[in-house]
Amino acid sequence: MNALIEVNGVNKVFPVPGGQVVALQDINLTINQGEFVCLLGPSGCGKSTLLNAVAGFALPSSGAITVGGKAINAPGPDRGMVFQEYALFPWMTVAQNIAFGLEIKGAPRAQIDATVEKLLSMLGMTEFRGRFPKDLSGGMRQRVAIARVLALDSPVLLMDEPFGALDALTRRSLQDELLRIWQELGKTVIFVTHSIEESIYLADRIVVLTYRPGTVKRDIHVDMPRPRDSGSAAFNELKRELGRLVMEEQQRHEAAERAGLTTD
Amino acid sequence: MKKPKLKALAEGAAVPVVLLVLWQLVCSMGWVNEHVLPSPGAVAVRWWQYLAPLEPYDPKAGSWLAWAVSGELIIDSIGSLYRVLMGFLVGAVLALPLGLLMGAKPAVYRWFDPMIQVLRPIPPIAYIPLSILWFGLGNPPAIFLIAIGAFFPVLVNTIAGVRHVDGIYLRAARNLGASQSTIFRRVILPAATPYILSGVRIGIGTAFIVVIVAEMIAVSNGLGFRILEAREYFWSDKIIAGMLTIGLWGLAIDVGVSRLNNYLLRWHRGLEH
Repeated sequence: MNALIEVNGVNKVFPVPGGQVVALQDINLTINQGEFVCLLGPSGCGKSTLLNAVAGFALPSSGAITVGGKAINAPGPDRGMVFQEYALFPWMTVAQNIAFGLEIKGAPRAQIDATVEKLLSMLGMTEFRGRFPKDLSGGMRQRVAIARVLALDSPVLLMDEPFGALDALTRRSLQDELLRIWQELGKTVIFVTHSIEESIYLADRIVVLTYRPGTVKRDIHVDMPRPRDSGSAAFNELKRELGRLVMEEQQRHEAAERAGLTTD
Repeated sequence: MKKPKLKALAEGAAVPVVLLVLWQLVCSMGWVNEHVLPSPGAVAVRWWQYLAPLEPYDPKAGSWLAWAVSGELIIDSIGSLYRVLMGFLVGAVLALPLGLLMGAKPAVYRWFDPMIQVLRPIPPIAYIPLSILWFGLGNPPAIFLIAIGAFFPVLVNTIAGVRHVDGIYLRAARNLGASQSTIFRRVILPAATPYILSGVRIGIGTAFIVVIVAEMIAVSNGLGFRILEAREYFWSDKIIAGMLTIGLWGLAIDVGVSRLNNYLLRWHRGLEH
């Protein structure tokens, strides 16, 4: 296995009125090519901050992130991002949304059309080609958002709680679809979630982050064959352990919130 | 589908019909001076005369169609609509680029905004003396006034549209590798269209109000001119016929613009009419 993403000594500090928040503190991670990594933790643990740093939207205050040996200093199509809010362009149809990245790249029309068709059928959306996002369900929208980044064939997929707004059944079918795509295309995935079950169901590796300052609390490899059975003993044992780790941070989060209420 | 539409039509027509009957009654009973308030019947007759060609049809003078639209009302309407269109175009063509620039570039916004805040509350009508000094009489001062009326709604809405583009779209576009100019053309501009188009709608509405006023001072045809002219002759039936024509044109323009908006914004969520 070769390392694809290297996070070295990353710190991120946000100024706030009357002080600063240390969102990330000395994060070191090496993510291998083709690995599926979940960042897990309660809100405020800096998991989205770390993802945004890898995406290049908000660079670290100090430390370095490299992808394929190249330092990250701006967003780019080599790291496709899927947002929880879908972020589809509402004035473009499904097909136009998927084609947009390739048009920016200046790909020839024939290649764009072929890629769009391939992705539409891969995600079972051929008949939605001409629809606008407002006429799609949440699950369908997120499929389009995934297809949009797959169109650019970026080696890395960054996913910021992509299924957080979906109902449980839609969520499960998208999880399965994502796993299928990941296995078929050999992408490297960083997937942010606060759902313990989701992380066990999906990940090769679960990185639990602590509440402020965000540090790596635990880095767990998940050695269960897929598809994973959420009723199995191993699944539930890991779920209990992760639940304990995450709840510790959740309690620190709540305590900090209460303290904040009295001092503000 | 058909029944509710008929019902809505009946509901909408009920109040005007009652008012018309009352109006006719008041006139027929002779309770008011017919020069002060002519009867609906008199207005209808006058309206027809206003619409109809002045000369009888003469095949030697030209085609039948040219004769059919030679009525005063049609000439006036064309004159007014031409001024609305030209004035609106001048105003919008100036407002749109400035608005886009002010919305996208904070520095440009800081240079222009204070001045615009001072000029914006000045009603176009207050420019009438200046417009005559600068442009004399005829169409130019009218178009100038209408352009001012259309300029500010389009400008203000364009600025708001650009400034309100949801940051998530910009992030998604940057993630896909879009350059600043691509983001402007393909993300900011379409994202701002709902605002811009509502500015257009308000701007055309304002243009239509201003054209009537402008015609009362500077030109010798048009619907605004005609109702003022009718007052000179005490033709109150013609005044009312002219006013109703103005109302119907205003409605037609607004419906047209609103249809166009709905088509252009068919992707837009929460647009029900």
